[in-house]
Amino acid sequence: MDQLFGNYLPVLIATVTGFILVITALIGSRLLAPFSQEREKATTYECGMLPVRRTSTNVGVRFYLYAILFIIFDVEAVFIFPWALSFVEVGAQAYWEMVLFVAILAVGLVYAWKKGALQWR
Amino acid sequence: MSSTLRQGRRRPATRVPPGLMIVGAVFALGFLAANAAIGYVVIDGRLDGQWYDIRDLGFAVQELKAQLDAINDDQPGFLDDIVGQHWMSYAVGALLGAIGILSFIGGALLVLIWVERRLIGRMQIRRGPNRVGPYGLLQPVADAVKLIQKEVLTPDGADRILFLLPPAIIFVPMMTAWGPVPWAPNMAYLDINVGVLYLIAVSSLTTLAVFLAGWSSNNHYALLGSMRTVAMMISYEIPLSIALLSVVLITGSMQLSEIVQWQADHNLWLIALLPIAMVTYFFSSTAELNRTPNDIAEAESEIVAGFHTEYSGMKFGLFYAVELGNALLVATLVATFFLGGWSLFGLEEWIPGYLILFAKLSAAYFVLVWLRGTLPRFRLDQLMRFAWQYLIPLSLFNLLIVAIEASLLARWDAPGLVTLGLFTVVNWGAAYILFRDWARRIGYQPDAGGPRRAELTQQVGGIEAAHRMGTAT
Repeated sequence: MDQLFGNYLPVLIATVTGFILVITALIGSRLLAPFSQEREKATTYECGMLPVRRTSTNVGVRFYLYAILFIIFDVEAVFIFPWALSFVEVGAQAYWEMVLFVAILAVGLVYAWKKGALQWR
Repeated sequence: MSSTLRQGRRRPATRVPPGLMIVGAVFALGFLAANAAIGYVVIDGRLDGQWYDIRDLGFAVQELKAQLDAINDDQPGFLDDIVGQHWMSYAVGALLGAIGILSFIGGALLVLIWVERRLIGRMQIRRGPNRVGPYGLLQPVADAVKLIQKEVLTPDGADRILFLLPPAIIFVPMMTAWGPVPWAPNMAYLDINVGVLYLIAVSSLTTLAVFLAGWSSNNHYALLGSMRTVAMMISYEIPLSIALLSVVLITGSMQLSEIVQWQADHNLWLIALLPIAMVTYFFSSTAELNRTPNDIAEAESEIVAGFHTEYSGMKFGLFYAVELGNALLVATLVATFFLGGWSLFGLEEWIPGYLILFAKLSAAYFVLVWLRGTLPRFRLDQLMRFAWQYLIPLSLFNLLIVAIEASLLARWDAPGLVTLGLFTVVNWGAAYILFRDWARRIGYQPDAGGPRRAELTQQVGGIEAAHRMGTAT
């Protein structure tokens, strides 16, 4: 068997096992639990009142700011991982390159900070 | 009043019957003899690499796989051409690992739910579950039986398919993330060389399921809770990744078994060398877990139950199980990365590695429960500010320091005691200065005279008063 595929076979098997377990639990609950349709029971919970309106309304814009910042920094972390493995062999040059890279990102973070993007309002 | 009550608590001296003493002595002698036998066999070295070596179940699995390969070679089947050679040993090994992990999670959850509830009860001066079974030990089983008998509702206007998916989607990352954890030197069933990256990738899948659950419920509370969770989880994922980066830098590997092996070789747990990374990782993980210091995602007093408001019955039970399973996973990862995994300064020759790891993960889990019992919930803006203005700059700075240390470690021709000792001192000093001064800079002001004791509660309430009344167990 291919070595690479064999290495990752446990992921597939664990995934399938997890799904089987979840489906078993749900089927078990379907068999054991009472099941009756009723209109009142299916209303969404909102402090006992009837729900006011649908939820597909506006969402605060601050979530998007955090999402954008997250993408930048997460991609940065993914970039640093291969660097972290090979930098001891490459030496001082790699270190200063990473300092420069982190510094550019830090400038971006400071800019967002000063602009107030990190303030939760 | 109190003196009579106190006397009432004192038990009369009981005499141990002689028959029981003889049985106890026999048991003690047998235990000592068994230990001596184990010590003889271990020093003799006749267990090393044998399949019946229970210190490392990996050997037994390897033996089984070799035998399956031999059978496969003797009788080649039609599947060999389609799937590939030796497919049977790979499949059986993976299946054994998955079943072993699953049974461990199941068993540990049943025990640790009880432990957590008892501990929290103890911390809040109440008893916790003590009715079902001896000492309330069967309470988690009773909860599971109750949950499976409850009706599963689907709310009006919910997206039916997307509403069904999240319990399954959230369960699978929890299962797969256990793979790379090494339980003993050869006992990891998914020992890949990108283990750390794999862990980060798999554990961030939870965010998707949480958002799906909140969005498809058609409930304001659920939507709010899931938006909060996503914002918090993605914010804390960055310091978490960078904290793990410094571990990778020092050990020079992303393979979890190599990381533990490094700690075993150097006889040094990484908590001593990387205190900042440890604290960052631990705190960020509690944010990813939605546990109490950071549980704004399901803050009961604000948004009912957050993203799983509309889930009932077994679907809620799955969310609950995953939450606890992830807490267990984080405790295990802290034990693996920072507390030395299966290594215990040479004692792993005697004690099975998985027992050592279990002891360490129990300690880390206790700290998680302790945090839950001690700290109040943070506000959302406090949490976001803490992540972006404190943890991320701190962990980036720590990364650059650790990078210098890693290159020094590789180049400097000094004994390990000197370099690692020096780095430990430097890192603890840096941790002290950074934690203290940076926290003050972003606005933390400790009370001038130190914390005051709450005098009144010492008299009328509290554990001491309970002892005085004789009501504490």
